[in-house]
Amino acid sequence: MSSIIPAPIARQPWGMLIPLILLTSFGGFVLFSAAGGSLQPYALSHWIRFAVFLVMASILALFPRELARFAAYPVYVLILILLLAVEVMGTLGGGSQRWLELGFMRLQPSEVMKPAIVLVLAHFYASLPTGMIDGWRALLPAAGLVAVPMALVLMQPDLGTSLAIAFGAGTVMFLAGLPMKWFIGGGIAAAAAVPLAYFFALQPYQQKRVNTFLDPESDPLGTGYHITQSKIAIGSGGLTGKGFNEGSQSHLNYLPEPQTDFVFATMAEEWGLMGGIFVLGAFGMILGWGLKVARNAEDRFDQLLAAGMTATIFFYVAINLLMVMGLAPVVGIPLPFMSHGGSSMMTNMICIGSLLMVHRWSRQKRRSGLSG
Amino acid sequence: MLGRKSRQIITASTLKNSFDRRSFVLGAFGAGIGTLLAVRMGYIAIAENEKYETESESNRVNLTLIPPRRGWILDRNGAPLAANRADFRVDLIPERLTDPEKQVEVLGELLDLDETRKIDLLDEIAKGTSYQPIEVASGLEFDQFAAVSLRLPELPGVIPQRGFSRYYPTGPSVGHLIGYVGIANAEEYELERNPLLVTPGYKIGKDGLEKQFEQVIRGEPGARRVEVTASGRIVRDLETRPDVQGQPLRTTIDGPLQDYAARRIGLESGSVVVMDCDTGDLLCMSSMPSFDPNSFSAGIGSLEYAMLRENDRVPLRNKVLKGLYPPGSTVKPTHSLAFLKAGVDPKETIACAGGRRIGSRFFNCWSNHGTVDMAKSIYQSCDSYYYHFAQQIGFDKVAEMARDFGLGEEYDLPVASQFYGTVPDPAWKLKKYERPWEPFDTVNASIGQGYYLSSPLQLAVMSARLATGNIVMPRMLLSDKKPTFKSEGFSKEDMDYVRQAMSDVVNGPGTAGRARLPIDGVKMAGKTGTAQVVSLSVSDGRSGPWKYRDHGLFVFFAPLDKPKYAGAVVIEHGGGSGAAYPIARDVMTFLFDPAKGMDALRRYEQQWGGTAQQRLERRYAAYAEAAGESVQPIPERNEDITARVDAEARAAAAQQEAIASESRASRPARETQSTELPSAGQGGGQ
Repeated sequence: MSSIIPAPIARQPWGMLIPLILLTSFGGFVLFSAAGGSLQPYALSHWIRFAVFLVMASILALFPRELARFAAYPVYVLILILLLAVEVMGTLGGGSQRWLELGFMRLQPSEVMKPAIVLVLAHFYASLPTGMIDGWRALLPAAGLVAVPMALVLMQPDLGTSLAIAFGAGTVMFLAGLPMKWFIGGGIAAAAAVPLAYFFALQPYQQKRVNTFLDPESDPLGTGYHITQSKIAIGSGGLTGKGFNEGSQSHLNYLPEPQTDFVFATMAEEWGLMGGIFVLGAFGMILGWGLKVARNAEDRFDQLLAAGMTATIFFYVAINLLMVMGLAPVVGIPLPFMSHGGSSMMTNMICIGSLLMVHRWSRQKRRSGLSG
Repeated sequence: MLGRKSRQIITASTLKNSFDRRSFVLGAFGAGIGTLLAVRMGYIAIAENEKYETESESNRVNLTLIPPRRGWILDRNGAPLAANRADFRVDLIPERLTDPEKQVEVLGELLDLDETRKIDLLDEIAKGTSYQPIEVASGLEFDQFAAVSLRLPELPGVIPQRGFSRYYPTGPSVGHLIGYVGIANAEEYELERNPLLVTPGYKIGKDGLEKQFEQVIRGEPGARRVEVTASGRIVRDLETRPDVQGQPLRTTIDGPLQDYAARRIGLESGSVVVMDCDTGDLLCMSSMPSFDPNSFSAGIGSLEYAMLRENDRVPLRNKVLKGLYPPGSTVKPTHSLAFLKAGVDPKETIACAGGRRIGSRFFNCWSNHGTVDMAKSIYQSCDSYYYHFAQQIGFDKVAEMARDFGLGEEYDLPVASQFYGTVPDPAWKLKKYERPWEPFDTVNASIGQGYYLSSPLQLAVMSARLATGNIVMPRMLLSDKKPTFKSEGFSKEDMDYVRQAMSDVVNGPGTAGRARLPIDGVKMAGKTGTAQVVSLSVSDGRSGPWKYRDHGLFVFFAPLDKPKYAGAVVIEHGGGSGAAYPIARDVMTFLFDPAKGMDALRRYEQQWGGTAQQRLERRYAAYAEAAGESVQPIPERNEDITARVDAEARAAAAQQEAIASESRASRPARETQSTELPSAGQGGGQ
């Protein structure tokens, strides 16, 4: 350890923070371009939000483990009530609605449910006696905890978010050590359920998106348009891109949603493969750090919490990038730290905050272990 | 591999191991996805870069073709038969309309469209191919154009444009000859695959010369490259290349003569062909009734088209090329030449007793001519003479001569189709009907009846060959090269004999005394013909229902002593040659003395109720009214262009010239020709 740098600064996890800050700053530049070369309305608020949520994450990092575990069920129940409230208001208001107007911001409870489900499941499995992990008591309560919010979110209807909830929960359950055969069986059941879900659970517009994904050329001017234009943007960027603020696909409105779901395409058009490698590298470092935090943690709750939070961010990144490159159907999932939007920024920063929190717990334990 | 046996005792450390293994698997899975994404992006951005760059450019840059201005179609003196005039136009693209009915309603209000037009438009929108632009209106005032431009935001799919539209100064007079232009249809586009054809406002030749010389007069389209947004809004102009106007097409047609002849046909249904005997130049190929190519080019309404199609005088058929008629007695001079060639002495006579016995049957002549020699057989048109000598030399030789003089022949002309008719002979009949040639076939064919069929163009060529004794070939494109024609192989005496007899038809004791030219020193020679349409038992051919009346024919050339012009007039169901030769007389009068010809026409047109164009317009208005719809006023005439090509223009020019040089009534537009015709200019009586 170098003594030139003060200890409180030196002990911060810069291996994650530097890529994160660079990525979010870069995201602001891309949003500047997506707004046609203007700080308003995207870039400036993106940076401000990041600064605010970074402070929030730092505060979250200071929470002791006991508080986190104590709060797990109350937080989960509260968000479940908010989800119900959204559902009720949507029914009364005569239209589907995903957010609650809180005055200072629009809260999308389904977003906050993603880290909440990780928290509650980590707590559940950490509390579960070791020997019961291969019994039904390890599965059924957890399955219930996941099924209720998933069903509520599916009713909104928001397939992307409910899948994100399932992915975070599934990761925690997988790492908690549930018997492997349940996952294999579950995988087979899911594969069997996909056609059923396609015909009975998906909205017509969602079915169309799946069709388009399977055969993008079938409807190049309809639903395939988004993917086609996204690929054109990425492909025309080449190695080094068309230059900052020079992207024709985004500036001339060929690219749909250039500031949210397709922000990566907006970036790739102007910065090329180099920009893409940078973004992938930054995510790799952030997620790698998250995984390292989980693996280095001593406590079972810590492990599951950190891994689940990392998985939640990973799910966003993977699905979004697979989608803009034409490898997954169009689901409305933004790219963390780059897309414009408060709710997803908040979710991802809660995940980062939780990881910082676990990181701090582990460091304290090692320090106390060393000194003791 | 990660599963554990169910009976194994689970401890905190086995769970920790399990977590380590499984988190490693998840990490590897994540790294795998990351690698996949990097490879995928590299593939799109590097390997497929070129493809996507092209697609990005084609997104960004919109290439708008600027339709080229069509080359003018000129008459022999350089006056335009088809010209362009600048106009404002509004098109629409059905595919891009959001609410066709409402938008058509708004356009109707802005552009003063009547109900008929709106219904037509909605019809076209409903059945047209969606990518094809439809013309809403052209020839607009600037105010209307500006009004539409202003309201564009609420009219997606509507395109106001500046452009050029085709203009035919003499309208119906040149309809069949020039054809018209129109928006390319799906088949035409498939054939050429040229994006120009689906450019809004671009029209291709659909008929006549416009179609035949499409590639010559089309020109090169210009192009405008603009940067556009996804919604089609133009961000900025990148580059503009102007169009190159098509080559002008110089025809042999004499515009004013064409106009005059078309108008002179008047209420009849028929055609007039006039040729230059020296060059074969077709000076006039009028076919009436006709359609106004201006309405066709502007996108003819269903009502107007229905009117044309229902007309029993088939205004949609070019009768010059596609009208086939029994030539009747007009073939007699040619047949006489066949007799001469076979050694018949022209002074040899036969007795016409109102007919003649051929074989065992008696065949009627149209009159009792008494003693008839060859000359009398021509100027009195005695049928008996031809029954007799055709039977004597055999019809094979007669048919051969008819073919030598251009009948049954297809000429090398730039036209889409020409009907070449029939010159019957024994071999032909055997092949076609599998029946032997009978004496009555010879009798019928000898006077141009029976199976005989020819077009007005062929009759004109025949008279040019009779006039010159040479194998004159017709042509439609002007050339400085004077063609040389081979001789038909007759002695001057023989030709003179027949020509004198044809002169006597008009100037002597013949069948067409009223055809004499009212011009001193210019004699016209000719031959009348009457083609029976139905047997005498149905109609006498002169009165009764129009469609049972005989066709009237007249072939002619002038001046007699040095033939310059030859031609043919065919009047369908005119009731006999009396309907045809006055028209030939007036047309030739106009050629030699435009003012005098024009006077005659004006008197007729007063009786008929206006010029051909005026009558057509009125007829359409009446037709529309009967159908319960009103019609738009015809776009105003463009006097600058018209003033050079219609019949009045020449008459007016001739009159001015006459006042200026008092003693000479020459033809100013064609100095070279009038000097070749001393007798034409020297009359100077008026």
